Amino acid sequence: MTTAVARLTIVESKLFLRDTTSVVMGVAFPAVLLLLLGFAIPGFRDATDDLDGLRPIDIYVPIVLAMAICTTSVSVLPTYLATYRERGVLRRLATTPVGPVRLLGAQLAVNGVATLVAVGLAVAVGTVAFGVDLPRQAAGFLIALVLGTAAMFAVGLLIAAVAPRAKTATGVGMLVYFPMLFFAGVWTPGPVMPDGLRRISDFTPLGAASQAMQDSWSGTSPSALHLVVMVGYLLVAGALAARLFRWE
Amino acid sequence: MPVIEISNLHKRYGETVAVSDVSFTVDSGEIFGILGPNGAGKTTTVELLSGLRRRDGGTVRVLGKDPDHDGAALRELVGVQLQESELPERIRVWEALELYSSFYRDPADWRELLDVLGLSARHNARFGTLSGGQKQRLSIALALVGNPRVAVLDELTTGLDPAARRETWALIESVRNRGVTVLLVTHFMDEAERLCDRIAVIDAGRTVAVDTPAALIAKVRAERGLDRATLEDAYLALTGHEIGV
Repeated sequence: MTTAVARLTIVESKLFLRDTTSVVMGVAFPAVLLLLLGFAIPGFRDATDDLDGLRPIDIYVPIVLAMAICTTSVSVLPTYLATYRERGVLRRLATTPVGPVRLLGAQLAVNGVATLVAVGLAVAVGTVAFGVDLPRQAAGFLIALVLGTAAMFAVGLLIAAVAPRAKTATGVGMLVYFPMLFFAGVWTPGPVMPDGLRRISDFTPLGAASQAMQDSWSGTSPSALHLVVMVGYLLVAGALAARLFRWE
Repeated sequence: MPVIEISNLHKRYGETVAVSDVSFTVDSGEIFGILGPNGAGKTTTVELLSGLRRRDGGTVRVLGKDPDHDGAALRELVGVQLQESELPERIRVWEALELYSSFYRDPADWRELLDVLGLSARHNARFGTLSGGQKQRLSIALALVGNPRVAVLDELTTGLDPAARRETWALIESVRNRGVTVLLVTHFMDEAERLCDRIAVIDAGRTVAVDTPAALIAKVRAERGLDRATLEDAYLALTGHEIGV
């Protein structure tokens, strides 16, 4: 059975790599966006008082990481799973000794690794191209990254669970994707985000992840509120997904 | 020795009765057909005996085991090709076979299967680029890669052109010649007549007849006085239709 799980994960990885859209949007895009922001937008590499003496590019690294999490979790993952269900791939696996749960596991593993690679690339671009410091609170950052990814993957699984067809999963994924990015601060980064908006952002999984990563980057521990929010989404969305998921 | 024993099988979805009362027995080495109109309960019957769903009543034994309780053991011994179950677009033929062979304790040599099923030339092709017949052949290969004792094949030739259908028939016979008992679900009369040793005719969730194709035809010939009766005539008579001439 271990060989079956390994084979399944290898095959799912290959399928992911053959899917150009997933690779470009899920893995490469966050790093590319950072390069574009840093080199193409005037003033992005200049420190400003509006950002407490930081450069916009410094603030944008954790935001771009939140975007990396968001793309794999609510765009790539639900579409894959709903497509597998619609095409009967899960049903077919249910007739073999391996069963469909392990395919779900392989998909989570592949998308998890893709997210980590996207995060790694973006951090490398930030450090090498723009001299952005690494997170001062490394442990807090890793906790925020892992919890944020887990919470968002639970949301992605919930979308896959309730969407009857692959097209619906993609549509619902997009409906969730842009508001999530909004609350993560893509358009109103860091200190620029209005207080009212921040109140809401605190309670969204990606907003909490983005702010927790931002905090640990500048040396503050992630706040208890943000950690609780992420754990809450992980547990509630995860439990709902497990309850509602249909194999066919 | 019976390989599949089903008696008084019953399955409901809410208020809808999908299978009302189905009984039949399949002997070792047979090619056994399940014939019936759309919505008669053929696929549900197959799903119940494959352990994909739980029955609401009756008994089912496959190789002496109950699919509702020994599902895990049966999945090693029963290869299933389901209607409308595809593979990911981008998976290559050899990858699918290698993957599925890793699921079983005692798999067949998938390279040999590739050859037997005439897919060697397309072993590196992506699933999405295969023709309908090639997809079906790969699907049969996947049902056989675990070295099953029973192969359940649902609506195998639907959507295939005549040449591909004939090829698939030859394949099914070669599967039986490997010692595998075959349960074939179909709504094609010529297919059932040509391939099946015995047939269960299912209508509105009930078995209305279980016999050899020749005996089913002989019966309608005698009862209705049709000298040139075909299996289709027998089938129409059994499922309560008038036989127009």
